[in-house]
Amino acid sequence: MIEEIARTEQGDMVINLGPQHPATHGVLHLVITLNGETIKKVEPHLGYIHRSIEKMCECLSYRQFIYVTSRMDYLSSHINNHGSALCVEKGMQIEVPSRAKVIRVIMDELTRIASHELWWGAMAMDTGAFTPFFYAFRERETITDIMEETCGARLTMNYIVPGGVMADLHPDFQKKVKEFIKLFRAKTDEYNELVTGNVIFQNRMKGVGVLSKEDAISYGCTGPSARGSGVSCDIRKLYPYEVYDQVKFEEVIENGCDSFARYLVRIREMYQSIGIIEQLIDNIPEGDFQAKTKAVLKLPKGEFYSRVETARGELGVYIVSEGATTPYRIKFRSPGFSNLSALDHMARGSKIGDLVAMMGTLDLVIPDIDR
Amino acid sequence: MTNDELKIKLTGLFPSVTFEEGGEWVNAVVPFTEWKTIAQQFRNDPNLKCDYLFCLTCVDWKTHLTMVYHLTSTVFRHNMVIKIKLDRSNPEIETVCDTWRTAELLEREVYEMFGVKFLHHPDLRRLILTDDFEGFPLRKDFEDPVNMIKL
Repeated sequence: MIEEIARTEQGDMVINLGPQHPATHGVLHLVITLNGETIKKVEPHLGYIHRSIEKMCECLSYRQFIYVTSRMDYLSSHINNHGSALCVEKGMQIEVPSRAKVIRVIMDELTRIASHELWWGAMAMDTGAFTPFFYAFRERETITDIMEETCGARLTMNYIVPGGVMADLHPDFQKKVKEFIKLFRAKTDEYNELVTGNVIFQNRMKGVGVLSKEDAISYGCTGPSARGSGVSCDIRKLYPYEVYDQVKFEEVIENGCDSFARYLVRIREMYQSIGIIEQLIDNIPEGDFQAKTKAVLKLPKGEFYSRVETARGELGVYIVSEGATTPYRIKFRSPGFSNLSALDHMARGSKIGDLVAMMGTLDLVIPDIDR
Repeated sequence: MTNDELKIKLTGLFPSVTFEEGGEWVNAVVPFTEWKTIAQQFRNDPNLKCDYLFCLTCVDWKTHLTMVYHLTSTVFRHNMVIKIKLDRSNPEIETVCDTWRTAELLEREVYEMFGVKFLHHPDLRRLILTDDFEGFPLRKDFEDPVNMIKL
């Protein structure tokens, strides 16, 4: 049965995109007001995968809550664990062994590559190219295999814990990562040729979803979405943690302000991540992979905030402690939530067909937005 | 600016602001009646330029609620934390979404999770919870015997 299409008083059409729609990559529900094909308003409706992780964490100990954070942005689960572990370490003043620091950074960068790979495949598929999706997943598979050997998991890793990492590296880890890097550099060049230079693809992306620098800052955008608008916001450079101040890499900034600029940032970031891994993979210091910590962690009374750069932007972990074994209040400042708030502004006035391309370049992960 | 310089600067600009110890950044406590004007000055003052609101949340202290705003300047790279005490029985505060537009969605989240009313907010509706949901989930006295698991 076809129901009558909802219309506003001005005669504009109101349609739903999602929550079950292949282009929203999850359960994102957008209510779009359309005048013909032109978007007048985009309203996000959230909550389809809301688990109230913040409330759950109030009942979990400082060792347990790390496992929940993997379920937020599942494509950067290592980095979510990392941010949470950093916050606990800041409160407890735990000094992490140098071996663990290097392992953490390598894992973070591998995660970033895997996440950007998945985004690249899905992004190309959103704009109508199917082949890249299979290419991207083939390469991503290699990374998840490497991770599985060391962490025992393929998606929700739970490998980085307060004090260091859960277990030592698998004996084959270095060999396999080096093989992967060598292969991946060549593959990324090939992908660039396949998609980046494609005229049809460029026409879909250029001048679409323009977000000026001022707006990107005002909407609190972070990560590649903001760096595509010329905002310098890489936490790894601005507030370096672990060994990011000892490795050479470049903060990727594009000034195009459109979807194509955001696309280029992520592609160039993959090369930077390869560079970081190459510098560290032969220089993993010997020693402990975990600091000696007490069985029960108790944070002193106070407030602690840690910031890390996930594949999508800045993840902030804000812990308010009353001196107990569980956090009094915990807040995750998720990058996706703020990036989503810019979507309405970007989409207004453009055609509905471009909305999918815009959402693609914002790289939204819905469990990260809903938490 | 270092934290001490920031404190001196803030005391000069806003005499009603007091400071809390602790944390790595300056913790400024602002009376809620003056928040609207102070927020605009934070954003526009040429020496502060706190143009980026990177975290907005609320904490339930059982006796009162505290709004917590984390601000940073993309020009000078200083960070600061603003805290505002609110009455728990009738929490009301001016919105800042015309100053930092990211606040629009963040305030809607706080509205449904803590029951804080943001005055003059353009579109204060529920964002995550369903319309028939009762209570404010992130308040400390919220109990849900079915869906909440305590260890």
